[in-house]
Amino acid sequence: MALLEVECLRTHFRTPDGVNRAVDGVSFSVEAGETLAIVGESGCGKSVTANSILRLIPAKVGRSTGVVRFEGRNLLELSPRAMRQIRGNAIGMIFQEPMTSLNPVLTVGRQIGESLRLHQGLDRRRAEARAVEMLTLVGIPEPQRRVRAYPHQLSGGMRQRVMIAMALACNPKLLIADEPTTALDVTIQAQILDLTRDLKHRVGAAIILITHDLGVVAEVASRVIVMYAGRKIEEAPVAELFRRPRHPYTQGLLGAVPRLGSSLDGTRGRLAEIPGLVPSLTTRIAGCVFAGRCPRATDLCRAIAPAMAAKAPGHGAACHHAPAEAAAA
Amino acid sequence: MSPPLLEVNDLTKHFAVRTGLLGGRGAAVRAVDGVSFSLERGETLSIVGESGCGKSTVGRAVLRLLDVTGGQVVLDGRRIDDLSAGAMRPLRRRIQVVFQDPFSSLNPRMRVRDILAEPLRNFRLARGARALDARVAALLDTVRLPRDAAGRFPHEFSGGQRQRIGIARALAPEPDLIVCDEAVSALDVSVKAQVVNLLQDLQRELGLALLFISHDLAIVEHMTHRVAVMYLGQIVEIAARARVFAAPKHPYTQALLSAVPVPEPGAARDRIVLKGDVPSPIDPPPGCRFHTRCPYAFARCRTEVPRLRRLSPEQEAACHLHDRPAAENPLA
Repeated sequence: MALLEVECLRTHFRTPDGVNRAVDGVSFSVEAGETLAIVGESGCGKSVTANSILRLIPAKVGRSTGVVRFEGRNLLELSPRAMRQIRGNAIGMIFQEPMTSLNPVLTVGRQIGESLRLHQGLDRRRAEARAVEMLTLVGIPEPQRRVRAYPHQLSGGMRQRVMIAMALACNPKLLIADEPTTALDVTIQAQILDLTRDLKHRVGAAIILITHDLGVVAEVASRVIVMYAGRKIEEAPVAELFRRPRHPYTQGLLGAVPRLGSSLDGTRGRLAEIPGLVPSLTTRIAGCVFAGRCPRATDLCRAIAPAMAAKAPGHGAACHHAPAEAAAA
Repeated sequence: MSPPLLEVNDLTKHFAVRTGLLGGRGAAVRAVDGVSFSLERGETLSIVGESGCGKSTVGRAVLRLLDVTGGQVVLDGRRIDDLSAGAMRPLRRRIQVVFQDPFSSLNPRMRVRDILAEPLRNFRLARGARALDARVAALLDTVRLPRDAAGRFPHEFSGGQRQRIGIARALAPEPDLIVCDEAVSALDVSVKAQVVNLLQDLQRELGLALLFISHDLAIVEHMTHRVAVMYLGQIVEIAARARVFAAPKHPYTQALLSAVPVPEPGAARDRIVLKGDVPSPIDPPPGCRFHTRCPYAFARCRTEVPRLRRLSPEQEAACHLHDRPAAENPLA
């Protein structure tokens, strides 16, 4: 059994313009210890998916339906109290912006220790000792001193290390990282990616990595889900996805990214453009969500939404026209 | 021989900061410290570097959005950094800017028509409503927006479309130079490609010079003719594109390039992971400013400031390693 199984997750928001179908029937699973990346552009629903798994969407604004089965239990049906025992304990979360997601008036030691005291019943002294261990683990120099520092006294990279220390403090089985390096400079991003890889070997938690950066995906993920307009449109092992993307959107996305070194090997050409715009999520789309921008769209695409179908072993795409390998058909 | 379009000589900009609880002794953030470069007509020079390296400050100094502490900014052979506001005003027509955030850089209460007409009126480039409308329509065509966009407000557009409006506004007074300060950084991948392609087309069609300030090295490689790499307020390397990306001659450039994640799973990487963070620009390290993080630093780097040296016709770098014999120089 997979560690996490998401089945037909729908998260809809009530807005003055109508119902916003931010996530509209997404299914996937995460095996213990693997790294799954969810990629897509702004508004594709990747962050809402992550927040829905942890039930961080306030009931006043939106509602999630479907099944989120974690270790056999459907998280969407748990009581708020039971849910609190999972957040920060068996499932850790790292947010994009380390400055706004840390409390500015508490020392980082207190913040790392909080989940340890809540979930593991450590007293203040033992929680602080463990916080020092965690800071050492994430490579913060002088952890004895830093444990008493406030977030504003740390650089952006250090703060993100603190966030990682917090998320890992209770030895989670699943770590959800929402754009963990997007706000960081490239040399600091390299440090954090190295740290993530190193910790993965040592801690063994499964990771859901949410990002828009295909370079980051290529470096750390083992499997990838591509989302567009609230739906999953492609899923594949990472090497397979980059080598043979099947969905026209994924193909367009990969063609739109300039590659470092492209001017040297003569591959620098005009960047591929995906014409048009992402459709509004408040209007119900009968057919394929990408049909309006797709070079291969036909009447079939505009009428009937394609289902996810296996195109090669482990490789699925939701497209009527994506070629399938004979073996998988 | 005509002078280059833009010359920046030994540009310095320090910002005063208060230190200590009561704001005692005045210290200074040395945001830009002795930067020189030139830019020809129709050329793209990119300034790259990480947050706080001073690249945006250079852009703002060129635009005269701030007063410099020292050095010169020369446009077409004429010094502009010491001009009065009145004398500067007609010259502003020639240098325009596109900002990073297309949401905050357009006035939400102005229709697109008025946003584009403002520079035209300012510089008296179109007289009468009919001429103005014709110019606005032509500008919208240039940036590939529909003509009916003129009657709408910025919030009715997506991020990429708004950035096109920003570009149209910059093009309105027919400038020679556009400073693009992270102009595509906030955009999504597919939209970014549209705007990058547009900028390249416009440069070819209109012969524009671009000062392209960015932290995204892959986009820079795609766009630029030359690159200046900044670290802690100084240029550490400046060279033609092919030189920088094929054979970087400064350890920082090398580390920066190696840190970029490449969208190719399993690609071989010799990543140089720099230790620690960028030091404070209030109290930069003595000698070479990069020596605290440099994997090759030796005694001389800690005391003596390296100067930019021409290593080949199209490449200059500021590193003591190049004084050593080739056998002892890992960057040779």
